[in-house]
Formats: sequence, C-alpha cells, structure tokens
Amino acid sequence: MSSSLAVSTKLNLQAHPVDEVGIRERVARLATRSIKKASKVEGLKLALSMVDLTTLEGADTPGKVRQLCTKAIHLHSGRKDLPMVAAVCVYPTMVRIAREALQGTPIQVAAVATAFPSGMNPLAVKLEDTRYAVAEGAHEIDMVISRGDFLRGDYGRVANEIEQVKEACGKAHLKVILETGELGTLDRVRLASDIAMQSGADFIKTSTGKIQPAATPEVVLVMLQAISDFYRKTGKKIGMKPAGGIANAKAALNLLIMVREVLGPAWLTPFLFRIGASKLPNDMLMQLEKERTGVYQGLDYFSND
Amino acid sequence: MSGSGVNGKSDRLDVRKTYKMLIGGAFVRSESGRALDVNAPGGRWLGHVCRASRKDFRNAVVAARKAASGWANTTPYLKAQILYRAAEMLEGRASTFREVLQSIGLSPAAAKTEVAQAIDLLVYYAGWADKYLQVFGSVNPVSSPYFNFSVTEPMGVVAYVAGEKRPLLDLVSGIAPIVAGGNTVITLSTGRAAVAAMELGEVLATSDFPHGVINLLCGLREELVGQMATHMDVNALITQGADAKESAASREACALNLKRYFPREANGKGDEDPYRILDTVEIKTTWHPVGG
Repeated sequence: MSSSLAVSTKLNLQAHPVDEVGIRERVARLATRSIKKASKVEGLKLALSMVDLTTLEGADTPGKVRQLCTKAIHLHSGRKDLPMVAAVCVYPTMVRIAREALQGTPIQVAAVATAFPSGMNPLAVKLEDTRYAVAEGAHEIDMVISRGDFLRGDYGRVANEIEQVKEACGKAHLKVILETGELGTLDRVRLASDIAMQSGADFIKTSTGKIQPAATPEVVLVMLQAISDFYRKTGKKIGMKPAGGIANAKAALNLLIMVREVLGPAWLTPFLFRIGASKLPNDMLMQLEKERTGVYQGLDYFSND
Repeated sequence: MSGSGVNGKSDRLDVRKTYKMLIGGAFVRSESGRALDVNAPGGRWLGHVCRASRKDFRNAVVAARKAASGWANTTPYLKAQILYRAAEMLEGRASTFREVLQSIGLSPAAAKTEVAQAIDLLVYYAGWADKYLQVFGSVNPVSSPYFNFSVTEPMGVVAYVAGEKRPLLDLVSGIAPIVAGGNTVITLSTGRAAVAAMELGEVLATSDFPHGVINLLCGLREELVGQMATHMDVNALITQGADAKESAASREACALNLKRYFPREANGKGDEDPYRILDTVEIKTTWHPVGG
C-alpha cells in the first residue's frame, strides 16, 4: 500500500478559471426551456430511470430500507408504464438488506462510504469502510473527498485517497462526492472535479445532501463542463450525479436539458447520469399523473417513503 | 391626478397603489402578467387588479399546503388571538375600507355598515376559535370497556370563491370560519370585489397569520373554479353565488378526491353561525380501552 503522503504523479492540474457570470447566465437561459406534454412525460420517465433513491438518516431501519426498495421497484401503484429507478443509496450497514429486497431486479445498490458525510477519519478507516460495503454487496460506492485537505491545498492527498478508495472498490463503481457546498467557489468545484476524474472516479457527484447549498444548477453546469473537457482529452466518459436539494420535476428536467446541451445525448442514460434524491420521485410522479389524468395532484395519493 | 404641492412647490403626482395578490405571505402580481380593469358602477375606470392564472392558483395551493400542518397544530387560543388581531387591524384601517367600498359603488352608510360588520365578524369567529371544539366534540356512550370520544380536525386546504354583492363581507365571512377551524385557505375575488379583497390582504398580512394560511387571489371565476374543484390537493370548496351549471360541474369534479362542496347563496344570511366552522372540519372518533 502506498503511503498516504505520496503525491500522485499522474495528477495534471491546469487552471480552468470559471466565468461565474457566464455560468449564471447560461443556467438562466437553459432554465427558460419549456418542456410540455408528451416530451415532458418522456423526460420525466427518463429522469425517474436515473434516480438514486436515497435514505441516509441515522434513524434508518431495515424496515425503512425495505420500504424504500419496494418504492424503487414499484414507483406508483396502478401504473405499468413506469421505469424502475437506477439505484438505491444507503449506508453500508443497510447494503445487505437492500440487496435482498432488490433481488432479481436490475436496480443497483449504492453505499456511501469513507466516513460519510464529513470524511473526517483516517484513510485506513475509510478504506475499511469501503471494503466492508463492497463485501456486503454494494455495486456502487459513493465516497466523500476530504474537503479539509482540499481547502488546505493538499490536492495530492485528496487524489491519493480517491485512488486508494478506487482500488478498494474492486469491481464496484466509484462516485466521488465533492460536497460543493463546502468548496465555496466554482473555481474550486472545477478543480475538485478535475482531481476526482484524474484519480479514477467513475462518477462525480455534487453533494452529500447534508449541506446547503447542494446541487445548484451552476455547480452542475461547471461539473458537466469539466466532464466534457476530460472526455475530449482522454476519451473517457465520466458520469455525473447531482444530489441534494433537487426539489421538483422541473428542476429534474432542467438537469436533463443541461446534460443534453453540455455533454450530448450519449450521457442521457443511467450509466452516465444519476440524480440523487429521496422526495423528488413523488413530485415527478405527481406530474406524470397530472399528464395522465389532466388533474393536478396532491401528495396524499402517493406513497410516502 | 395632481394636487397643489406642499409649501407652494411644484405639483406632485399621486403615488397610486398597485393592488397585488397575497400568496404564501408575499404580495405578488400574477405570474401570467395579466391584469383586469376595475370600473366604478358609473363606468369610471378605477384601476387594475391582477388576473390570477391557473398557475397562480396552483402556487397558492402549494403555499397553503405547506402552511396547513403548522396552522392545524397552532393552539386554538392562539388562533383566536390572531383572528382578533385581524379585527384590530381592520378597525385601524376602517376609514380606508369605507373609502374603497364607496369608490366601487357602495353608499357611505352601506360602506360604514359593511366595514363594521366585517370587523365584528372577525371578533365573532375569534371567540369561537377556542370553543367550537368543545361544542362539536363529544364523549360517546358505548356498551363496552372503552372510552369513546370524537374530536374535530381541520380538513386541510380549502378553496373559497367569494361573491361580489358585499365586497368585503362576502370574503371575510368565508375566510373567518375556515381558518378558525384550523384550515388554510385560498380565496378568489372577482369583479369590483377584487379591490376590497386585495386591500384586505394588507390587513391579514399584518395580523400574525403564518405565511400561506390565507392566500388571496383575484381574477375570473370561470377561469379558476374548475381548477379549484379538480385539484387533488384541495380538500374542500366553498363558493358563493354559483349558478346551476357551475355548481353541477363543481359537484362532479369535487367527487374526484371526495372534496366537500358547499355552494352558498350570496344573500349574507347566516354569517354568524358556528356551524360554518363545521363545514370544513372532520370528526374523528377514537376508542380508548379503559379498566382492566
């Protein structure tokens, strides 16, 4: 095992100053797109198929996780035309329960690891955390970067940690959470994205969901641009996962618009784009039911998990 | 438009009020940007009011739903105080309201009476806010070892369409029993009554009602009543002055999610009536084992 102090020789960091005003304007312009009727239905179904249905509470119980898994499989009773969500995202100790509940379905089980959400533990503990989640059966690992190290300027340590966690993941896919709400500026979001992608991330993810602001459209756009540049340079397609604070169907559709505009249709698949959410699916289901029935819906008629 | 200036200086322009709707505690224009003319009975143009869109209504439903559980769990005592506070605020602005009512065609005497009645009605329902529960709740005799009791619970979000005959009173007489019962409300005022309604928004916004408990829209009845009746997140619909066609359509649409529907005559009878509160509360009965 290499020393945690060894600076990765592969790290090639170039300054990519982010034009904040330009980003904000582009976000605002993309948000004016209006998607209605049949396109909206297709968009919402696509977005639902990309959801990482998440429960990350201290109060999670096996019962709650099983309930969430049931929702992941059957989003709304009485509708056969809906996709299943892409994955269920839980804490490592709940992975086994989720795997059992999802047996026979294509739904992936993602586990947060590496001392989620703060990441304030020694590397050895984080690696053990990761190996445990993988051994329990997690298909995907959502790790957090050490924001403290990053903000200190110790990029080598951040990169090295990601590399080692990637190694600990084995076959499991690695999503790297930047926790953009703690990074402060879009420049740093861009830098952290570059570090994560160069260090072996399969996905980069905005937030833990525990910090506000989380997946703002500005942050998502900057990360998508980073992915685009990385693809052009290396030919490697890195996935994107906005998570936290994506409140409604419209916000979800806006995310799809951004992905389509920045990365193109190749990224509009659950293999390369995910949306981390817990309450969001119900709002999308309400919109879908509205399109089906013509009547605006209330949450009383949707399962509350 | 202009009057002689202070100290003989140049004339100044009047600063006229833009009447805005109240949604979620904020004074807003219609998201659609549309407006309606309001004319005095003689045809004189008085100004513009918003023409609420269906989207405005849905936004108001979201605001009302968000406020619903908080308001339902506010103590009856505090609800009473807040309703009384609204009466105080209206009293403090009584002369403004008299002027507004006169501008839309009421005689000075009628305007004076209507404002006074509106204030008294708020006090009346403030009084009932912490008493109707005792009157409508009950302990029920049952022939088994259970303590059986029934209590009232607010229905949730109520939509209310006010008449135009009594521009202020038709609105207040609808809102007061609905919120006294612990519901949140979205109202629609039309025609000349819209001016009085939007003026009332400023009273209600300063009466300590939490944001979203009372949402005031103005616009066209035929555009919005259908939405109110079908929206699945609305629990009851009360209207004044519906014609036979509207009430038949509303009754059918309300069945979608078993909304309660009360089309009321706009004759002003029964403004002071605790049973108005009962219209938008549900009775829940509990069986509690006793003895051993």
